[in-house]
Amino acid sequence: MRAIGIILAGGNNHRMRELSLKRAISAMPVAGSYRSIDFALSSMSNSHIQKVAVLTQYNARSLNEHLSSSKWWDFGRKQGGLYVFTPVVTADNSNWYRGTADAIYQNIDFLKRSHEPYVVIASGDCVYKMDYNKLLEYHIDKKADITVVCKDMPENVNVDRYGIIKMNEESRIEEFDEKPMIAKTNTVSCGIYVIRRRLLIELIEKSNEEGRYDFVADILIRYKEMKRIFGYKMKDYWKNIASVEDYYETNMDFLKSDVRDYFFRQYPDVYSKVDDLPPAKYNVGADVRNSLVASGTIVNGKVEDSLIFKKVFVGNNCHIKNSIILNDVYIGDNTYIENCIVESRNTIRANSRYVGDGEVKVLIEKTARYEVQ
Amino acid sequence: MIKKEMIAMLLAGGQGSRLGVLTAKVAKPAVSFGGKYRIIDFPLSNCINSGVDTVGVLTQYQPLRLNTHIGIGIPWDLDRNIGGVTVLPPYEKSTDTEWYTGTANAIYQNIDYMESFNPDYVLILSGDHIYKMDYEVMLDFHKKNGAEVTIAAMPVPLEEAKRFGIVITDDNRKIVDFEEKPEHPRSNLASMGIYIFNWKTLKEALLAKASQPNLDFGKHIIPYCHENGAPLYAYEYNGYWKDVGTLHSYWEANMELVDIVPVFNLYEEYWKIYTKSDTLPPQYLSNDSVTEKCIIGEGSSIYGKVYNSIIGCGVTIGEGTVIRDSIIMNETEIGKNCEINKAIIAENVLIKDEVRLGDGEEVPNETDPHIYNNGLVTIGEKTVIPKGVSIGKNSVVSGITSEADYPDGKLLSGKTLIKAGEDR
Repeated sequence: MRAIGIILAGGNNHRMRELSLKRAISAMPVAGSYRSIDFALSSMSNSHIQKVAVLTQYNARSLNEHLSSSKWWDFGRKQGGLYVFTPVVTADNSNWYRGTADAIYQNIDFLKRSHEPYVVIASGDCVYKMDYNKLLEYHIDKKADITVVCKDMPENVNVDRYGIIKMNEESRIEEFDEKPMIAKTNTVSCGIYVIRRRLLIELIEKSNEEGRYDFVADILIRYKEMKRIFGYKMKDYWKNIASVEDYYETNMDFLKSDVRDYFFRQYPDVYSKVDDLPPAKYNVGADVRNSLVASGTIVNGKVEDSLIFKKVFVGNNCHIKNSIILNDVYIGDNTYIENCIVESRNTIRANSRYVGDGEVKVLIEKTARYEVQ
Repeated sequence: MIKKEMIAMLLAGGQGSRLGVLTAKVAKPAVSFGGKYRIIDFPLSNCINSGVDTVGVLTQYQPLRLNTHIGIGIPWDLDRNIGGVTVLPPYEKSTDTEWYTGTANAIYQNIDYMESFNPDYVLILSGDHIYKMDYEVMLDFHKKNGAEVTIAAMPVPLEEAKRFGIVITDDNRKIVDFEEKPEHPRSNLASMGIYIFNWKTLKEALLAKASQPNLDFGKHIIPYCHENGAPLYAYEYNGYWKDVGTLHSYWEANMELVDIVPVFNLYEEYWKIYTKSDTLPPQYLSNDSVTEKCIIGEGSSIYGKVYNSIIGCGVTIGEGTVIRDSIIMNETEIGKNCEINKAIIAENVLIKDEVRLGDGEEVPNETDPHIYNNGLVTIGEKTVIPKGVSIGKNSVVSGITSEADYPDGKLLSGKTLIKAGEDR
């Protein structure tokens, strides 16, 4: 293969509210059976990128557990493998990762010891499928120094939280504004980049000397005149998870048949850690409408327009509506839940009522579990 | 030197002809069970859960699905540096090359494999039973009694005992006699086909009886050991154990899984059953779907109504279709407005719109009444059933069928329609 992969998975966002207490965004469960990072990892694996480094920092326990074996994504080969790099104290460094560029700098040996000519950098908090080979061909074709994957967002989407890109006719990036007050275009950066390995090493080392630590601000934006930086338009599904609202919306997208078809039925597949759970079970009284249900779940009540993740128990006479129930939740009888995200491993008492009013409610109930099915 | 205290030999080479078209292309241990499992997952999971990490799987009949399922044993954690799972097909030798001609003959042909682990005990298992069992407890029983052979046995109702091999024991569970399918059973302890042998005893018996045609454990090896005075004990097992050897018992065992708290519970944390999962995505249930008393595998899409049934992975069930008391295996597609009653539908079947299965009176099957009975409709894998036809009870369909195969759009009860079809 001509490229190695780097997945930036260290990030957190306060707009994830209570959901980020437990884990980094990259480890957020998505679409019933997956974790956010699976999409980047599977795309790398399906593009035959065999050597991938995951850079983590914020609350990585859940992510590390997910990545405990690389076999699910078919890494762990003699030529290549999956490497997880968390910040470490060394003789000449005692800092955390101070930014995305610093995270790469602290692991620059990984880059130096590789021999593949290119590096694909992706982030672990996006939901998409992509053939990076096509991106790489485009990059070579354009004789680009750096290629940035971008997407035209629909007019009605507020894009001020993204990196906004303006390209000229030959797709060279002229302007790149990170989270601008007023966005000039509707083209946003997807946080996926291709760059020549030697150039990346050079730019990262130079930034570090100057005390600059952010890949976007200190490399992409700073060098946009000096280097040939191109945009590559992605036309398929792409969503970034940065807030509770994004997260809710991205999951709910999977109730649409075209999104399901694209991710679940069309080649190539998305891979994830296999949990060895029995198939879902529906008892008398179960009434499930327009919902996704993952394995290990037992349903006794009513579920409407919702996502039920793995190993959930829904009690008798419950009613769950427009909600996301994360992994290993126990919901007692006669409970009503609407417009909520129920955090994983929760135990909801019988006869409770939770409604997200106006906005999606993140439900964290620390009730001890007396009864485990 | 490599040393394993106990290794397991899993007999998975049989055809299981009483499962009819379900085993036309696959060995019985590779037949789907309970939505996402295959029958062999149960003994393999029992092995790893009991701490037996060296398993030889003896294959012979249609081993492709079995081989791809087992692979190097990753799903069961049987990918080991030393031991792990090894698939053992019959092989060519410099003299006397033969197929596996009997259960014990298959084991005899793999003496070298067993010898290489230098075991104290060898556990003999068969790949066609549904149960959870801790073989380590059985081994403790074996050691405590100073047995050379221990046979797992379970109490059965006396009237059913005549279908089994029966062991007769003294008060200490020492075996004094056997009866194979006796007319008037003297005990109700039925052999489950699970044996622990001292390796020395087993090897000696295999070598002594090597020339016996169709060398079988129940008929030859166990009686040989008994005659030579080896202490034989019966280990009584009282948990759930089901031989899924016939279509009806297979159907029944599946149906038991949908009870509120099934006797055989797959949802317990303890003693997990592992399997190779190809499909990951969650299942989708549409706005008009009904799912009551059923089990549904990963990645299936349900637009119709499902009652009291077992649905595998990646299955699509069309709008307006009603399914009752049926088993539908992986990757099968069922069209719109079908009515399906008490059917067993194998993998990769395509049933087009408005098909009715299980229609009409119950009439014994014309060709194989001992296989296709109890009102079941059986559909073999990769079968195609054209739009709008109706198929009766005790019938079987396999292969790519077209309207021409159904006079007046009907296949009457008790009919057999098996076409040697090319794969679609």
